[in-house]
Amino acid sequence: MTVAVTLRVEEKLYQNRYLVDSGRPHIKVRPHERPSANLLGLTRVCPAQCYELNDQGQVEITADGCMECGTCRVLCEASGEIEWNYPRGGFGILFKFG
Amino acid sequence: MDMIAEKFDAIVIGAGMSGNAAAYTMASHGLKVLQFERGEYPGSKNVQGAIMYANMLEKIIPDFRDDAPLERHLVEQRLWVMDDTSHTGMHYRSEDFNEAKPNRYTIIRAQFDKWFSRKVRAAGATVLCETTVTELVRDAKDKVVGVRTDRAGGAIFADVVILAEGVSGLLGTRAGLREMPKPQSVALAVKEMHFLPEDVIEQRFGLKGGEGCVIEAVGTISRGMAGLGFLYTNKESISLGIGCLVSDFAATMQSPYALLDALKDHPSIRPLIAGSEVKEYAAHLIPEGGYKAIPQLFGDGWVVVGDAAQLNNAVHREGSNLAMTSGRIAAEAIVQVKRRNGPMTKQNLVLYKTMLNKSFVVKDLKKYKDMPALLHTNSRNFFTTYPQLMSQAAQNFMRVDGTPKIEKEKATAAAMIKARSRWGLVSDAVRLALAWR
Ligand SMILES: Cc1cc2nc3c(=O)[nH]c(=O)nc-3n(C[C@H](O)[C@H](O)[C@H](O)COP(=O)(O)OP(=O)(O)OC[C@H]3O[C@@H](n4cnc5c(N)ncnc54)[C@H](O)[C@@H]3O)c2cc1C
Ligand code: SF4
Repeated sequence: MTVAVTLRVEEKLYQNRYLVDSGRPHIKVRPHERPSANLLGLTRVCPAQCYELNDQGQVEITADGCMECGTCRVLCEASGEIEWNYPRGGFGILFKFG
Repeated sequence: MDMIAEKFDAIVIGAGMSGNAAAYTMASHGLKVLQFERGEYPGSKNVQGAIMYANMLEKIIPDFRDDAPLERHLVEQRLWVMDDTSHTGMHYRSEDFNEAKPNRYTIIRAQFDKWFSRKVRAAGATVLCETTVTELVRDAKDKVVGVRTDRAGGAIFADVVILAEGVSGLLGTRAGLREMPKPQSVALAVKEMHFLPEDVIEQRFGLKGGEGCVIEAVGTISRGMAGLGFLYTNKESISLGIGCLVSDFAATMQSPYALLDALKDHPSIRPLIAGSEVKEYAAHLIPEGGYKAIPQLFGDGWVVVGDAAQLNNAVHREGSNLAMTSGRIAAEAIVQVKRRNGPMTKQNLVLYKTMLNKSFVVKDLKKYKDMPALLHTNSRNFFTTYPQLMSQAAQNFMRVDGTPKIEKEKATAAAMIKARSRWGLVSDAVRLALAWR
């Protein structure tokens, strides 16, 4: 089931246009032992599935497919678990239609 | 960058609906305006359904119909209540909507925002894209006097800064002008663009010559969360999406793309998009907090407009028109203060709030001030139980199977009471009526 969903999101993101600012991720996850419920929730709630659980049970982010919706910021910035910024001007998601 | 050394009458942050309305209005009144947009082009970061309301754009650009990229004018609206296999619907279609100056159009934001931005430039404003504003600059008395960006060079100064930065509102929240939106006062919406030939769309929806149809749907499609699905016809594409409160997503750990895929697969939706080519997948937040979530709207040297100010009518799915109107009104207030040579202080900029309070923007939000809390605390009943009951009742009414009608009606009533109790039904109805009042 997870595999099928993952495939589907990647297929969706594949349609989109991005200009990735290599080596300058605009979102970072603070190192942690165990993720909070909200941080763990992002592995399912992020619409681009940028958040994933690693083998040690910690949440990691790969922000390349991020659509800059801000959902993770609303859920996890206040607690300091993530650090969220806009990509530099011109980088990131570039909607063709929106 | 010589230009940057100049001082501007106004700096606008963001080239979405509200920022463009503000920049256009100020520039047409002769103010020296500088506008920043972080996207590669205006619209490249923006997502909307999208229904655009003509009246509010007419107040800014009266002859917009001459060259704006409009998709279809709406002649039909369908409101659906869905369960897993059915929909119960209220459809309204009228020939009256085929008027010389139609009232509502579907648009595609990336194209619309580019058009609007060309108008802003033609009116005399300077627009800088690919530039993220990173900080508000203040003087010793804490008045906002300019901005810093991620481009090389120092601060850029202006008499007033208009924050038209959209729902996330990073700058304003980080500068302490307002709080970050709460998970229960924003919805996360995901959307796909499904391309189909123009004549196929017209056949499927019974349309001709630029007519359009939109569907809005609630029910089990949001899996118990407070949410809404939508399907809007464009010229050669269909916008299909679904949004639910972020707090509900977090509590249930549902995946938005799974919800969207289930919606696409629903027997009532599937035939409408069959054979389409998907060309984009987008996600964006929508302010849902209503009147009670409106933050402080002005201060020394600044005003906030549009989604950044949470000016969004979630009940009627209106946002872009509130954004355009708040942008225009803020600009008109600034022009008035400027004309009498007043400084852009909090004391003078209160004019924006006073003018906004008199407009439909604040009046409409006030009308529904209790709605967000009701839908948030009662989402299971409104978005799952009632839709299921409606479907059962409709099916019970229509299926002819030899059961006497009186027994059918009793069965429908019993199902309602069993699901929600007599008291629950009455109290939900009363609370809904009060919130709607
Ligand atoms: C899925 C969906 C469907 C919708 N459907 C409808 C509908 O059918 N009808 C309707 O009326 N409304 C609808 N809305 C709401 C509507 O889209 C918004 O209300 C409207 O776009 C708000 O305009 P705005 O100018 O305030 O913000 P935005 O359009 O979001 O513009 C903000 C701009 O600021 C820029 N920006 C932000 N920060 C910075 C910075 N620091 N530096 C430089 N630039 C910056 C952004 O890139 C962006 O261009 C919908 C919204 C969504 C998400
Ligand atoms: S901003 Fe949205 S798309 Fe990007 S990582 Fe956060 S939740 Fe995912």
